[in-house]
Amino acid sequence: MKLHVEDVSWEVDGRSIIQDVEMHASDGEFIGVVGPNGGGKSTLLRCVYRALKPAAGFISLDDEDIRQMSAKEAARKTAVVLQEMTTDFDFTVDETVAMGRTPHKGLFERDTDTDFEIIEKALKRVGMKEFADRYFNTLSGGEKQRVLIARCLAQQTKFLVLDEPTNHLDIRYQLEILDLVKGLGVTTVAALHDLNLAAAYCDRIYVVQGGKIVESGNPVEVLVPELIKNVFGVGSVVDVNPFTGTPRITFYRGTTGSANRLSLSL
Amino acid sequence: MLKILVVLVKSMPVLSQLIANWERIDGRAKFKVFMMVLTGLLLLSVTLAVTIGPVYISPITVWKIIGTHAFGLEQGDWSRGHDQIAWLIRMPRVLLGGLVGAGLAAVGVSMQAVVRNPLADPYILGTSAGASVGAVSVLMLGYDIFPPYSLSIAAFIGAIVSFLIVMVLAQGSGRISPVRFILAGVATAYVLTAITSFILFIGDERAIRAVVFWLLGSVAGAQWEFLTLPAAVVLAGTLILVLYSRSMNALLAGEETSIALGVDPQQFRLILLTISALLTGVLVAIAGPVGFVGLMIPHMVRLVVGSDHRRVLPASVIFGAIFLIWVDVGARTFVQPQELPISIITALFGAPFFFFLLRWRKTSLAGGGQ
Repeated sequence: MKLHVEDVSWEVDGRSIIQDVEMHASDGEFIGVVGPNGGGKSTLLRCVYRALKPAAGFISLDDEDIRQMSAKEAARKTAVVLQEMTTDFDFTVDETVAMGRTPHKGLFERDTDTDFEIIEKALKRVGMKEFADRYFNTLSGGEKQRVLIARCLAQQTKFLVLDEPTNHLDIRYQLEILDLVKGLGVTTVAALHDLNLAAAYCDRIYVVQGGKIVESGNPVEVLVPELIKNVFGVGSVVDVNPFTGTPRITFYRGTTGSANRLSLSL
Repeated sequence: MLKILVVLVKSMPVLSQLIANWERIDGRAKFKVFMMVLTGLLLLSVTLAVTIGPVYISPITVWKIIGTHAFGLEQGDWSRGHDQIAWLIRMPRVLLGGLVGAGLAAVGVSMQAVVRNPLADPYILGTSAGASVGAVSVLMLGYDIFPPYSLSIAAFIGAIVSFLIVMVLAQGSGRISPVRFILAGVATAYVLTAITSFILFIGDERAIRAVVFWLLGSVAGAQWEFLTLPAAVVLAGTLILVLYSRSMNALLAGEETSIALGVDPQQFRLILLTISALLTGVLVAIAGPVGFVGLMIPHMVRLVVGSDHRRVLPASVIFGAIFLIWVDVGARTFVQPQELPISIITALFGAPFFFFLLRWRKTSLAGGGQ
C-alpha cells in the first residue's frame, strides 16, 4: 500500500503544530519518523491514522483520500500500534486481539471460525499464543506491545502506523518488536526515538523538527553528525555497525569533540 | 412431576461430564452454557415470582394460567380468583420488574463504556434528578395534566430535559469528553436535586410519603395496558445496545484505539447516549429511580464472564431481569401487607452479594488481576 502525505498542516488554537509536511511511502517500505520531542512526529502520525483532521493538505492511501473513507473503511486499510493501551476494565489477550476484527464486522455479524483462526494465527506469529487467556493488564511492557501488534495483524491491513513502539522496552524487546514488524513486509510508518534503531531498521527516514520535514532519505544519507547536531543539539560520531553494516551513532554532549576529553582523562 | 424427574436423571451423566471437563472446555462453549443456565433461571424466576404472595399458586398452575391467556388454551380447574391474581396482578408486575432490571443493566454497561469509567451508572446523564423534579411537581404541586399518566410523562420529560442540559454542558469545542461529561452530569444533578428539595420543602407534608416512595423506585401497580410501550422501548433499546457490543469494546480500549479500529468515538458516543437517555427516561418514568442495578449488575457479570461486551451485555440483561424480579418479590413480601421501595432492597442485599463475588473472583475489576 502506498502512502502519500501532501502539504499537510495542523494547528491548535491558531498555533501551527505541523506545516506543509510532505511524506511518501511506497509499497512495503519501512519509514522512520525521527525528531526531537514536541517537533510534531505524533501529530503527523495522528493525521495519517485519522485521529486528527488536517487543517490543510491531502493524505491518500493507494491514491484514495483517507478523509473520504468511512471510519471503518480506513481501519480496514490502516492499523495502529499506540504507545500503550490502558483501561480500568480487564480484557484478556484473546479479547484484545479479537478487537482487530472490529472494522471487518457489521452490526449483525458474529465472529466466525475464520475470525478465530485469524486471531490465533496473529497470536502465534508474535509468540503470545500461550498467553491467550491472560489479562492484558498483567503482561509486561514487551508482551503488551506484542499483543497490540497481534491485534494489528488480526486487522489484516496493508499499512501499519507505530507511535514509538519500543518506548519503555528493554533492548531485547526493542529489537524483537522491530524485527517482527519489519518481517511483516507491510508498508510501515514508525515514529522512533532511538536513532540507532531507526538506522538499523528503516528503509528511509524523515526528520521532523519544528513542525517541518527538515531532511529525508535513507539512513546513511540522513543520519550524519551535522544533521544530528542541528536537530538534536548533540555531537555525534557516526561509523558502521560491524554486525549489521548500518550506521552506528555514538552521542556526546556539547559540540566540541570528545577526543579532547578522552585524551585529557588519559 | 415424574416426567421432570426422569429428565433430571437422564441429564445427570451429561451434567457430570460437563462439570468434570469444565476446565478443558473453551470459553465460547462455557459462555453458551452460562447463558442457557441464566435463561433457564429467568424462566424459573418469573414462574416462582408469580407463585409467591399472600395466596400461593403452584408453578404448574401458573404456567397453565399463562397458557390460557397467552395461547388460548382451555381454562382448567383453578379458581377465578387465582386466575386474576396470577394473570392480572402478579404477572405484569413480575414482567415490569424484569424489564426494568434488564434495561437498567444494559444502560449501565453502555454508560460505563461511554465514559470509560467503572463508576458510571444510568443516572450520570442526570436523568434520575430530572425525572424527580418532574415527578415531585406532579405529586406535590398537583400538575395532574394527563391523568393517569401525568407522573410518568412528567418524569420522562424531566429526564430528557436534564439529559439535554448535560449534553450541552458537556460539549467542549464540538466534542464530548468523558470527564467533562461526568462533571456536567454531577453539576446538573445537584441543581435539579436542589429544585426537588425546594419543592418538597414548600410543599404539603402529607404528600411527602408518596414522593419518598417514588424516589426509591417501585414496580407496584403494574398493569398490562401500561406495559406495552415500556416493553417495546426496553426491548428495542436493549437489542440495539447488544448489537453495538463489539464497538463498545473498541470504545473502552481508548479514544485513539477506537479510531484505529474504525469506530468513531464521538459519533458512537452520541448514539449510545441517545439510546441510553431514552431508555433510562422510560424506565425512570415507570419505576422511579431504581438504584444500584445499573451500576452493579454489569460488574457482577464481568466478574464471571470478563470484560468483553459481547458477553457482558447479553448476560447483564438477563441477570438484571432476574435480580430485579427477586428484589420485587422481597419488596412485596418482607413487610406484608406494606410495600417496600425497591432501592432499599437492591442496595441492602445487592451490595453484600457484590462483595462476595469480588472476594470469590479476584481477577478483573479493581485491578485484581494485576
